[in-house]
Amino acid sequence: MDGKKIKNIALDGLLRNNPTFRLVLGTCPTLALTTAAMNGIGMGLAVTFILICSNVIISMLRKVIPSAVRIPAFVLIIATFVTMVRMLLDKFVPSLYESMGVYLPLIVVNCIILGRAESFASKNPVGYSALDGLFTGLGFTFALTFMGIFREVLGSGSLFGAHLWDFKIEFFTSSAGAFFVYGVFIAAFNGIYTKIDSKIRALHYDKMMALTGEEL
Amino acid sequence: MGTFLMIIVMAVFVNNFVVVQFLGICPFLGLSKRTSDALGMGIAVTLVMAITCLITYPIYNYILVPLGLEFLEIIVFIFVIASLVQMLEKAIKKLSPGLYKAMGIYLPLITTNCAVLGVAEMVIDPSQMAGVLGSATMNVGYSVLYGVFAGLGFTVAIVLLSGLREKVDYLDTAKTMKGFPVTMVTACFIAMAFYVFNLISL
Repeated sequence: MDGKKIKNIALDGLLRNNPTFRLVLGTCPTLALTTAAMNGIGMGLAVTFILICSNVIISMLRKVIPSAVRIPAFVLIIATFVTMVRMLLDKFVPSLYESMGVYLPLIVVNCIILGRAESFASKNPVGYSALDGLFTGLGFTFALTFMGIFREVLGSGSLFGAHLWDFKIEFFTSSAGAFFVYGVFIAAFNGIYTKIDSKIRALHYDKMMALTGEEL
Repeated sequence: MGTFLMIIVMAVFVNNFVVVQFLGICPFLGLSKRTSDALGMGIAVTLVMAITCLITYPIYNYILVPLGLEFLEIIVFIFVIASLVQMLEKAIKKLSPGLYKAMGIYLPLITTNCAVLGVAEMVIDPSQMAGVLGSATMNVGYSVLYGVFAGLGFTVAIVLLSGLREKVDYLDTAKTMKGFPVTMVTACFIAMAFYVFNLISL
């Protein structure tokens, strides 16, 4: 394993290609399950687990699956892991299973997972694919947790279910608040990202060129 | 008659699939640049949702449940939807080339639209349907009706957003707010408008 490539995979998943804020994929669970921080973490970890498993299996089978039927094959693999996660949650964490409701089976059609399968796991070795699944999933989890904390603190005056104060603005837990908070978070993330990115690039232009080997 | 009215009001307005339940957000944001695109996608989704409900509800209740294979539902449903979309695409291409030209490009996108899988999961879940049906019991007819009107709810929302975006996209907004953020804030106002329907009691 090559350290530079691992670093690139980690930075891509967490920041540069953050699935929630940079690529705006997997929007349905992001909007629906960030009313409370705990739901955000639960959804994020479920997606991370499925992403690692499906990336590993798809990467192992990448030379066996004919490219004409690759999408149905990917969907079948993903659906199998979603079914497994659903059964496990139902058995061991029933409260999370209840609060995730219909969004749990809908992980099958989450574009992040199919996107990583198509653009990364079907072209790269198993080890890198597992890491890519891990970091993309963590990027998704961090985004959902941040939004969950923000909406829970302002909207219901609590954090991870623990009561903080009586002051609450219910707009933030409503469906309209979900769109508003997501929009503002994307704008803030991209604004800060572009600023830092352009500063780093200006400072380390030559070093970055040597590191990534590409035109900036 | 009361149940019919209830299903229509609940599916289109109170539990609107897009702005209240957050299903099908990807096409809602991605295909709402022009009203004609939005309308085409809305009609295609409505058609697929109606046929999906017609097929998946009997499969679940008359095949999977008696055999004790409920755990296969996700895999079975996604394959029903994927093959249905493919068949529909072929059928429309053959029967009506004009219609195919108008909505053919939207059809392949529907397989990964979570609103379709969402409606299939919802109609088989008694706890989800209890608030919609009241005292009536669920059957295939109601499930198709729910599919049709949930699809129309999606159409209403996406057409509304596209109408707003045709104007908003030309406004002089801050650079960081351009694109997705300003669309999200626009969707926020539509969601606020739909919030009023929560006050309806039937």
